[in-house]
Amino acid sequence: MPRSPERGWPRRVGIFLAFGLLVLVAWEGVKVIGGDPWRGEGWTWEPPLEIWFASDLLLPHVWDVFGALAAPVQRGSDESLAQFLVGAALYTWREAAIGFVAGAVIGIGLAAAFVHSGLLERAFVPYVIASQTIPIVALAPMIAFAVDDPLVAVVIIATFLTFFPVTISMIRGLRSPDPRALELMRSFAASRRSIFWKLRMPASLPYLFTALKVAATASIVGAIVGEGPGQIRDGLGRAIINFNNQYISGPEKLWATIIACALLGIIFFGLIRLAELVALRDRGAVPDAA
Amino acid sequence: MRHEEGPLTGSPAAVVRIVGVDKQFVTDRRAVTTALSGIDLEIGRGEFVSLIGPSGCGKSTLLRLIGDLTSPTSGSIEVNGKPAHNARLGREYGMVFQAPVLFDWRSVEENVRLPLELLGMSRSEREARAHEMLALVELGDFAGHHPYQLSGGMQQRVAIARALALQPAILLMDEPFGALDEMTRERMNSEVLRIWQQTGTTIVFVTHSIPEAVFLSTRVVVMSARPGRITRLVDVPLPHPRNEETREDPRYFRVVTEVREALRAGGGLGGEPQMASEERVAAEGGIG
Repeated sequence: MPRSPERGWPRRVGIFLAFGLLVLVAWEGVKVIGGDPWRGEGWTWEPPLEIWFASDLLLPHVWDVFGALAAPVQRGSDESLAQFLVGAALYTWREAAIGFVAGAVIGIGLAAAFVHSGLLERAFVPYVIASQTIPIVALAPMIAFAVDDPLVAVVIIATFLTFFPVTISMIRGLRSPDPRALELMRSFAASRRSIFWKLRMPASLPYLFTALKVAATASIVGAIVGEGPGQIRDGLGRAIINFNNQYISGPEKLWATIIACALLGIIFFGLIRLAELVALRDRGAVPDAA
Repeated sequence: MRHEEGPLTGSPAAVVRIVGVDKQFVTDRRAVTTALSGIDLEIGRGEFVSLIGPSGCGKSTLLRLIGDLTSPTSGSIEVNGKPAHNARLGREYGMVFQAPVLFDWRSVEENVRLPLELLGMSRSEREARAHEMLALVELGDFAGHHPYQLSGGMQQRVAIARALALQPAILLMDEPFGALDEMTRERMNSEVLRIWQQTGTTIVFVTHSIPEAVFLSTRVVVMSARPGRITRLVDVPLPHPRNEETREDPRYFRVVTEVREALRAGGGLGGEPQMASEERVAAEGGIG
């Protein structure tokens, strides 16, 4: 019998949270042992050691990071950093999601073409692979130059990072049906089109979802990186550049932004995972999250 | 060596007519293997014919040739009076493999409906036919289940229902119960006989089990290996319906013995080295 995906999820979430707590304890522990002096009301603690990365500048206190989230994003602003980051994350997510969908469609299309034509596969797959060796930081400014609309440029970059894992996985996925399943379809005189839609596509779904989970996080990285050269002001990419420039005066803001980026990636990943569980629920063995 | 050879006289009731078929595979750039040599066989409407022989005798290849899943190097195969290729395009086959090959994203009923969708049958007709087929294999209560929820025997029954959904002229079964335990296998044998009698479908059945072949068939085709050829056709004069008592009938044992001896004579059970070298010469002659 298959494992039930529902069973044991509280345990999983518990382990996840416990580990997160452990990281926070270790974080502050390092600061206790080797960080900057702790000053409270009427007391100070001088850490015995000096650990270079444990200073308040490089590793701000956890509560300072959370405190910064509640504080105004800029002096005199009505908007808190948290509100600003949620807005920026949604903005970046929208870019990433458009690129993600476009990349998935392109990836599936390319894989379908390659699976049906050995010639196309031999001709193009090496270039598809080569395309991914181009550093995205080199490509992003070029695309921003080439495309008038900076938003379109960001979407293109997110697409560029998404289509690759989808293409590679889907080539395998579309080839995954048992040879006897293909013979069965032949014995029913099924057309190529029917074989594609009724056998190859459904059989490839587990592979598709594995690729989409990789692509979800990649598309967000692509969107964040792409925002820089395109001078887009409203997303997480710009926030990172700005808070990087202000790092000396307020390192917590950059840390908070990094956490926002990570959360956005995790949430996008989680959405795909949820779609996967729904789409593959009838197949017996539900694949693991990663 | 061959006990019944030469083309059999054509009868209008023949569903399968195989004349002078050879099948060679190119295994490497140069090497050619003769899988089947000089096959002549005629199968009448409503017959239940088993192909039996040692591994490598080409019995599965012969089945796949009948089903137009591969083509002969020479010779002709007609099904229902037309070339096998046309018969396949005319959807006159049902195919059952050793593994059920069910689509795990489809429910039991949706699996049975698959060939009907490919045919372009209307939704209501599809549903009616699928229910009818599931009732035939006695899985009516499992229509909404998914394949992983069924036992191996039940999955194979779904595969049979799917194969019969188009009401094919001929059902091709390639060691369909080879992966099942003995108890389930015997139950499935009775089941398939019941279905055969109920539907009147012609069945060609590949097996390496002598008792299974004799219990099921009206005729057993005994084959030998290297190259694969038909060495003997054994009629099974056992009455229908067959049941557990059939397996204890002296006539049943007589036929089992006859098939076993035919297999031994063909080199199927142990075999004689002399035979093997003779076969090899024949194979080489066949290639040239």
